[in-house]
Amino acid sequence: MYSRAMSIGHTLLALLETGPRHGYDLKRAFDDKFGHDRPLAYGQVYSTMSRLLKNGLVEVEGIEPGDGPDRKRYAITDAGITDVAAWLAQPEKPEPYLQSTLYTKVVLALLTGRSAQDLLDTQRAEHLRLMRILTTRKRKGDLADQLVCDHALFHLEADLRWLELTAARLDQLAQEVRR
Amino acid sequence: MSTLRTWSQDLRMGARFAFGGGREGWTRTLLTGIGVGLGAALLLLTTALPGALAARDLRSDARSTWTAPTAEKAGPGTLLFAEVQTTFRNQDLYGGQLRPEGPDAPLPPGLKRFPGPGELAVSPALKDLLGSPEGRLLRDRLDGPITQTISDDGLIGPGELAFYLGSDTLRDDSSVKRITGFANDIRPEKLDPVLMLLLVMVFVALLMPVAVFVAAAVRFGGEARDRRLAALRLVGADSRMARRIAAGEALAGAVTGLVLGAGFFYGVRQFADRFTVLDRSVFPADLTPSPWLAVLVALAVPVAAVAVTLFALRGVVIEPLGVVRTAKPARRRIWWRLVMPVAGLGLLVPLMGRGREHGDFNQWQVIGGVVLLLVGITAILPWLVEAVVSRLSGGGVAWQLAVRRLQLSSGTAARLVNGIAVAVAGAIALQMLFAGVESDYTKATGQDPSRAAMSVWVRGGQDPDTGIVEQVRTVSQKLRRAEGVTGVTPLTTVNAVAPKDPDRMTDLTIASCPSLREIADLPSCKDGDTFLLRGGYDDATAKALAVPGDRLLVGGSPEGAPPVSWTVPKGVRAVPARPDPAGTTRNGILATPGAAPQGRGVSGYSSVYVQLDPAAPDAMEQARTAAFKADPLATVMTLKSTEQSNRFASIRTGLYVGAVLVLLLIGASMLVSQLEQLRERKKLLSALVAFGTRRSTLSLSVLWQTALPIGLGLGLATATGLALGAVLMRMTAVPVSVDWASVAWMSGTGAAVVLLVTALSLPPLLRLMRPDGLRTE
Amino acid sequence: MTAHAAPAGSLLTATDLRKTYGPTHALDGAGFAIHPGEVVAIMGPSGSGKSTLLHCLAGIVTPDSGTITYAGRDLTAMSDRERSALRRSEFGFVFQFGQLVPELTCVENVALPLRLNGAGRRQAERTALDWMRKLEVDGLKDKRPGEVSGGQGQRVAVARSLVTGPRVVFADEPTGALDSLNGERVMQLLTEAARATNAAVVLVTHETRVAAYSDREIVVRDGRSRDMEHAI
Repeated sequence: MYSRAMSIGHTLLALLETGPRHGYDLKRAFDDKFGHDRPLAYGQVYSTMSRLLKNGLVEVEGIEPGDGPDRKRYAITDAGITDVAAWLAQPEKPEPYLQSTLYTKVVLALLTGRSAQDLLDTQRAEHLRLMRILTTRKRKGDLADQLVCDHALFHLEADLRWLELTAARLDQLAQEVRR
Repeated sequence: MSTLRTWSQDLRMGARFAFGGGREGWTRTLLTGIGVGLGAALLLLTTALPGALAARDLRSDARSTWTAPTAEKAGPGTLLFAEVQTTFRNQDLYGGQLRPEGPDAPLPPGLKRFPGPGELAVSPALKDLLGSPEGRLLRDRLDGPITQTISDDGLIGPGELAFYLGSDTLRDDSSVKRITGFANDIRPEKLDPVLMLLLVMVFVALLMPVAVFVAAAVRFGGEARDRRLAALRLVGADSRMARRIAAGEALAGAVTGLVLGAGFFYGVRQFADRFTVLDRSVFPADLTPSPWLAVLVALAVPVAAVAVTLFALRGVVIEPLGVVRTAKPARRRIWWRLVMPVAGLGLLVPLMGRGREHGDFNQWQVIGGVVLLLVGITAILPWLVEAVVSRLSGGGVAWQLAVRRLQLSSGTAARLVNGIAVAVAGAIALQMLFAGVESDYTKATGQDPSRAAMSVWVRGGQDPDTGIVEQVRTVSQKLRRAEGVTGVTPLTTVNAVAPKDPDRMTDLTIASCPSLREIADLPSCKDGDTFLLRGGYDDATAKALAVPGDRLLVGGSPEGAPPVSWTVPKGVRAVPARPDPAGTTRNGILATPGAAPQGRGVSGYSSVYVQLDPAAPDAMEQARTAAFKADPLATVMTLKSTEQSNRFASIRTGLYVGAVLVLLLIGASMLVSQLEQLRERKKLLSALVAFGTRRSTLSLSVLWQTALPIGLGLGLATATGLALGAVLMRMTAVPVSVDWASVAWMSGTGAAVVLLVTALSLPPLLRLMRPDGLRTE
Repeated sequence: MTAHAAPAGSLLTATDLRKTYGPTHALDGAGFAIHPGEVVAIMGPSGSGKSTLLHCLAGIVTPDSGTITYAGRDLTAMSDRERSALRRSEFGFVFQFGQLVPELTCVENVALPLRLNGAGRRQAERTALDWMRKLEVDGLKDKRPGEVSGGQGQRVAVARSLVTGPRVVFADEPTGALDSLNGERVMQLLTEAARATNAAVVLVTHETRVAAYSDREIVVRDGRSRDMEHAI
C-alpha cells in the first residue's frame, strides 16, 4: 500500500498545495527539497501527474504555448487536499530506515501549514503500538526472544528519538523550508 | 623560607575556597562568620564590662557626698544637700534637694545651673517616665516644673531615674549636709574569698560555652568541605596540603567572624542605652573593650578555629576519591574522656572545707579545676550520645526518623549540645552554691509585712517652730488621706535624760493607745496612761529614770533645739515589749498623748507604720507620694521579710542574664545547623510529603532530633553540675544540699531553647515541605 | 483536542486542568483518565508540564482550575489533610531519586508508609519484607540506602510504593537515573506487581522503551494533553 510511487504522488500533490506549478517546476521543487542524491526523472513526474489527473486529485489550470517540454500548469483539487491531509495524518508503519518518508512528511506538513507535532505524536503512537507488542513478547519469551525484541526496540526507539529531535528543531527547520 | 611560602600559599587557597565557592560556599562561610561573630561579640562585650562598670563607679563617685568636704557655716561656696530617696513601682530613684547658699556653691555634675525653689532637674529617662501615662502617679509626687535635664556625666547609666529638687527651706540638720564639693573616695571593701570564688565561677561558666560554640561554628558545613578537599587531592594536592587548605578555610571563616563580631559589638553598643537589664543600663561610650583583651580575642579566635579544624581532621584520611574517617569505625572510647573531669575534681577536692575564714582560694587552681571539669563534659557527651542513641529503638515514625538520624551523626548533635551542657552544668553548680551561701548573705529582717506594708521615718527638728509631735500629726493626716491607705500607726520617739546626769538617757515614745499596742502588750490603756517597757535593750536605765514625780528633760537635740521639762506621772505600769512591725524591740517609757510633755521644740524622730488595702493596686505609690509631699526628707521603707546582700544579688543577676544569653546564642547555632540540614534534604522532604507524610510527623521528628541530644546533655550537665556544686559547697564549708529549684530552672531554660529552635525551624520546614521541591527543573 | 469526557469506569479523571507558576503556564487545559489496573504513560518534551500533571493528579499540588475526580470524589475540593490521607492510603509514589530516607534501613524505608498509616513496627516490617521479596531486594533489608546500588534502591522504592496496596501508583521518571538493564527490570517488576494487584500506574517518562511498558500514552505539550488512543 505504501509504495514509493504512492509516496511520490502524495509528495507532488502536497507540493501543489502550496500553489499551482508547471510539471518542470514540480520536479525542481522535489529535487531541491527531497531529491538530494536521487533526482526525480521527468517521466516519472509526467506519469504521476497523469494518474493524479485521472483520479481527479489535480486539474490542469492552463497550457502555455511555446516549445519545450510540457507547458501544462497543474493545480490541486479539493479532493487532492483531502488526500494530502489523510496521507499526512496516517502514521507510517514502523520499520527501519523510515527517515526519508518521515522527513518528507514533516517538511510537507510544514509547507502546507499543518501541525508537524501532531504528525510526530501520531507517529510515536504508532511506534509505541509496535513497541508494546515487542515488550510483551520480550517479557513472556526466552532469552533469544528478548535479544531479538531488544534489537528491534532499540531501533524503533532510535527512530523516535530522531523524531523527538526533529520536533525540537521544528522552528529552525520551518525557517529553512520556507526560505 | 620556602615552607613559609607553601604555607601562606595553601592558606590563601583555602581562603579563596571559603569565599569563592559560589553561592553555597558563600553561605557556609557567612554562617560560620555569624557563628564566630556572635561568639566574638560576646567576648568583646565581656572584655568591655569591667571598663563600663568602672566608668559607672567613677560618675557615681563624682556626684556623691559621702566624703565631700563640708563647712561649718554658710558661705559663698556652700551648698545644702539632702539625699532624697523615693521608689516608684520597683525602681529606686536617685534624688537630691539642693539649696545653694552662695554664688560659688558646687554644682552637681550634669547640671548647668541650680534649679530654683520647687523646680526640678530630671534625667532623660525620668523625664520620659513623668511624661508617660504610667508615670502619672509619680508626676503627682514630683510635681514641680521641670526646668532642666541632667546630662550624661551626672548619671550612672542612661536609664537611671534621677532628679534634683531646688529648695529655699532646707536647713542644716542631721539629714542635711553643708558641702563645698562632691566626692567619694571610699573604696568598696575587698570581696571576700567566697564572693570572689562565685565571681570567677560566673565568668568561667559563661565564657566556656562561648568557646565551645565558636569551636562548633567553624565546623559548619564540614561535609561539603571534605568533598572539596577530596576533589583537590584528585587534582594532585598531597594530604598535608589539603590540611593546610582546610586550615586556610577555617581561618577565613574565623576572620570573617571577627569582622562581623566587631560589627555586632558596635551595633549592640549603639543601642546599649535602649536596654535596661534589671535596673541597670549602660552608656554606649562606656562599653569600650580594654585594648589588651581585645587583641587577645582577635588572636585567640582564629588560632582556636585553625586548631579545632586540624583536630577534627585528625582521624580523617583525605583520599582523592573521598574522605575516609578512620576514627569512625572505632567506637568512641570512654577512658581518656574521663581523664579531664577526674583531673578537674582532683584540683578542687584539696580545697574542700576551707570556708571563708581560712583565707583566699588559689584562684588558678579553682579556675583550672572548674574548666577541666566543664571541658570534660564536652569530651564525655559525644560518647554518651553515641552510647545511648545506638541502644534506642521502638517508638513512632517521628521518633524512628530522629533516632536513626542521630545514630548516623551523633557527633554533630553532641557538638551542638556541648555548649548548652557546659552552660547548664556551670549554672547549676553556681545556683547550688548560691542557695547554699544564701543564708549567710541574706538577712532575715524580722519585718512583718502582714502588720504594716511600709514604714515612713520622719526626722524632727526641721522647723524650729514645729515640734515633732505636731509634725508627725500632719504627716499622718496626709498619709491617712491617701487612696488605699487603711491604717496609719504613728510612733514618736524623743530622748529623755536625767537633768543632772545627761549621760543617763532613755527613750520616751509618745503615741495613742492603738499605736502603743504595736510595740507593747498592754492589758488596758486609756489616754493619760504611762507605761514602762520591759524587755528593751536597757531596762535598767529606763527603770531608774521612770520614777513617778521625777523630772526629766525630753526632746533636746544636738542641733540646739532646747529640751522641755517633763514630770513622770503617777501610775507608771511595767508592760512587756513586743517587736514593732519593722522587727525592732523598743526601749524606755511609753506615754499616751494625754500624759506626754506639751510644748514646742520637742525634737526626735517618728516612725509611721502604714497599712494598705491589698486590693488597691496603686496604694503603695499613693502612700509614697503622700509621704513625699508631707516630708521630702522622710525615708520610706517597704517592709520585707528578707533582704539580700546587694553585691550578692548582682552576681546572681549577672549569672541569670549571662546564662540566658549563652543559651540563646547556642539556640541560634542549633537553628543555623538545623536549617542547613533541612536545606540539604529538600528533595527528600518533598518526596515524603508526596506519599502523605503528615506535617506533624516531620515536625515532631525535628523536635526529637533536637530534644534527644539536649535531654542527654542536660542529664549529664545536671549530674556534673551537682557534683561540681557539691565540691564548691564543701570548699566554702557550707552543708551540701541540692537546690532543686535551680536544677528545674536551668533544665527548663534548656527545654525552652529546644522548643524555640524547633518552633523557629518549623516555618522553613513547612516551606520546604511544599511540593515545589519535586520539580526538577 | 483537550476535552475528555470521563470514560465510564475510570478510576481517576481530570479535565481542563490549568496551573501557572509565575508567568509560565505549566498546565493549560490538560486532561487525563485512567482505569483500574491500567498503565498510562505521560510523555512529552521536558518542561511540557508532564510532572505538574502528575503532581496534580496525585493531589500533591492543586490546579488553578479544572476538576480531578478520584473514585467519585472531587480531589480539588479536598483539604490538604484529606489529600494527604488519600496519598498515604490509596496512592503509591516512585520518584527518580532522593526519595529514600538515608538514615533508615531499606526495610524501614519500605515499611514507612504503613507506619504512617498507623501500623505497628513489627507488622509493618513483616509486610515490607514480603514486598521486598517480590521485588527481589529482601537481601538488602538491613542495609542503608547509601549502601545499595541505584537499581536496587529504585526497586526498594517500588516496593515502598506498593506496600500499602495502593489503587494508583505514580511513577515520575522511575528509571531516569538507571542504566537500560536496571531500568527494564524496575519497569518489569513495577508493572507486573501493579497488574497483580489491579493497581493503576501513572508513569511519567521521556523514554519510549520505558513507555512501552504502558497500555496507553498521553502526550503533554505546552501544558496541553493529547490522548493518543483517541487521536488515531
